[in-house]
Amino acid sequence: MNTTTLLILVIGLGLLGWVVGRAKAARLVAASSSKGSVHSLPNYHGWYVALWGVVPAILFLSIWNIVSPALITDAALTSPAAEALPKDGFTRGSILAEARSIANGDQTKAFNPLSTSMVEPYQAATSYYQTIGMVAALLLVFACGAFAWLKIKPELRARTKIERVTMMTLLLASLIAIVTTIGIFVSLIFESARFFSMVSPIDFLFGTEWNPKAVAGPRGESGFGAIPLFWGTVFIGAIIAMIVAIPLGLMSAIYLTQYAPPTFRAWMKPILEVLAGVPTVVYGYFAALTVAPALRDFAVSIGISNASSESALAAGVVMGIMIIPFVSSMADDSIAAVPSAMRDGSLAMGATKSETIKKVLIPAALPGVVGGVLLAVSRAIGETMIVVMAAGLAANMTANPFSSVTTVTTQIVQLLTGDQEFDSPKTLAAFALGLVLFIVTLLLNLIALRVVKKYREAYE
Amino acid sequence: MNDIEHIENGSETASGGVSSISAGEGSPKMTTRNVEVYYGEKQAINGVSIDINMDNVTAFIGPSGCGKSTFLRCLNRMNDTIPIAKVTGDIELDNEDIYAPDMDVVQLRARVGMVFQKPNPFPKSIYDNIAYGPRIHGLASGKDELDHIVETSLQRAGLWGEVQDRLDDSGTALSGGQQQRLCIARAIAVDPEVILMDEPCSALDPIATAKIEELIHEIRGKYAIVIVTHNMQQAARVSQRTAFFHLGTLVEYGVTSDIFTNPTQEKTRDYITGRYG
Ligand SMILES: Nc1ncnc2c1ncn2[C@@H]1O[C@H](COP(=O)(O)OP(=O)(O)OP(=O)(O)O)[C@@H](O)[C@H]1O
Ligand SMILES: [Mg+2]
Repeated sequence: MNTTTLLILVIGLGLLGWVVGRAKAARLVAASSSKGSVHSLPNYHGWYVALWGVVPAILFLSIWNIVSPALITDAALTSPAAEALPKDGFTRGSILAEARSIANGDQTKAFNPLSTSMVEPYQAATSYYQTIGMVAALLLVFACGAFAWLKIKPELRARTKIERVTMMTLLLASLIAIVTTIGIFVSLIFESARFFSMVSPIDFLFGTEWNPKAVAGPRGESGFGAIPLFWGTVFIGAIIAMIVAIPLGLMSAIYLTQYAPPTFRAWMKPILEVLAGVPTVVYGYFAALTVAPALRDFAVSIGISNASSESALAAGVVMGIMIIPFVSSMADDSIAAVPSAMRDGSLAMGATKSETIKKVLIPAALPGVVGGVLLAVSRAIGETMIVVMAAGLAANMTANPFSSVTTVTTQIVQLLTGDQEFDSPKTLAAFALGLVLFIVTLLLNLIALRVVKKYREAYE
Repeated sequence: MNDIEHIENGSETASGGVSSISAGEGSPKMTTRNVEVYYGEKQAINGVSIDINMDNVTAFIGPSGCGKSTFLRCLNRMNDTIPIAKVTGDIELDNEDIYAPDMDVVQLRARVGMVFQKPNPFPKSIYDNIAYGPRIHGLASGKDELDHIVETSLQRAGLWGEVQDRLDDSGTALSGGQQQRLCIARAIAVDPEVILMDEPCSALDPIATAKIEELIHEIRGKYAIVIVTHNMQQAARVSQRTAFFHLGTLVEYGVTSDIFTNPTQEKTRDYITGRYG
């Protein structure tokens, strides 16, 4: 019997536990004299028994699955066939691995004849430990289930206990996202550390020449100066995109909160929010196929002959348009959060609507707006599709918006696509870039959330 | 249904038409005739006619929801900011119809200032709070003049002594009572003719309230003042004329002492003696 069948069996037994637990509680209710003398509803007792039956068994099985391979290998090694194995760790390990996969049926023919001799002991040990695990798990189900079943009494607070289990489950679910993020961060750090053991962080962070193809030997590599990438990222994501997104986002937010008739606002706000959900690859097409050629033609027509068809401007403008909904929705929220007493105060002084907006509402909403802009920046610099499709690959350090620049995300894609050795500095550089991006966006988000929170407090 | 009739106090001379309610001697600063206000379908004010005199502090009293704030907001057209609100009838400031199509609302609000129930200083410095109105209306031609306006406004509002050393601090950092006086100073700074106050003391403690009342006494006569209050003693202390509203109608309007000692209407008597509600 394999693990899946066992799991299904355990869960089936749990359901059975639910039925008997519920039945017992129902009998108690029926037998009880007064209403409410049984603390919890029968359902809760059912769950109580089922959870007691299933959860310890599953916990045991997960632990067993982790420890049993080592036990199996140990057992197999005690067999007489193991004495013929070479002592050398690497060959020995590969023979054992081969024997294991043959025993599990993942592989049919052995590469090393010694492996074949080990298959037998492996199979024996595997089935031995599997049986132990299975029996123990089933025993656990019955023992714990029976324990819970015996505990069912009118005064058992099954409802409270289920409540606690529910809470723990929810907590666990919320931890998963955080733990995963931490895991990603740690793995980034590890890979980056390997990279920085080959390329000095100073060269990486402050070098101005980016040409990772020039890597020759394992030491003293050059061409890993990431400054042009950082510049390209900032130029596109934080400068050009924001020049587009901040005024347009802010103005649309002002219009929507202050001028638009309620019905129009009720339509426009969801539409703007839907825009935020358009896949970025669509914007990428738009940037690469429509905006970039148009901008190039325009540049050439006004006499900029070296204009590239993959321009920073095209990527930045389209990214800015993509970001507008973020800026406008954050700005909208912050302007709407300014107490109307403030607006009325200004209007009652004889200020016009636009004076009120300019002199009272925007200054009061500014922290929230700034927070929104920071969030938008952090999104823009992490954005990949648009720049991959429209920004180009040349690591230029230029402030000419019509020339081609490249960004951190574009280069990460470049470094990781195609056949790569997994421990060459070229591949590892992608992790170092990822780490920098991760840290910068994390900091931006932290600052932004802080600013927004402070601002919220100011009006509570 | 217009149940307001010409209610005349013996000592007063009526200066309006049949349905008007006089405010006292001389020509009134503001007159309202047959004002009705609707919020959508719902009528909030029903045929209110009242005269407001320059020399008086006029108090509006009445149970909650009777339309005092609504009526007050008609006088500087703040109801315009509520999209569903509709105002009919005649409201004149110095014989000029303030709801006329060519009325400049911005100018009107500079002439008819307002102080709100909850102090609402702008999140700017104390100085900038006061300078806000003079700046948008271009009342000062230079820094010196603006400084002067700020100082005199704060002095009139009795706040100068407390804040003269901290004019750059945020207005929101003041205490509630100081904030409310700041708002009064802010209203005074544009040199209005009328000041409307909607329960200006309801968020303040008794000491801060006393300061505001004292302030009202001091500025009385320079501005026509209308104050909405739930506090009967306050109405009696600060006002010379009192109007009693009930369910959107004006029940009685007259000399404050008469209203409080000798009301002509049953409802007024019930309300001021606390028998109402
Ligand atoms: N913005 C609005 N939209 C719709 N109805 C409103 C609005 N403002 C006030 N009303 C209604 O108009 C009526 C009068 O309200 P108003 O605020 O003028 O009363 P009030 O006398 O000032 O009461 P209070 O003493 O509680 O301040 C109430 O029935 C109220 O529900
Ligand atoms: Mg009110």
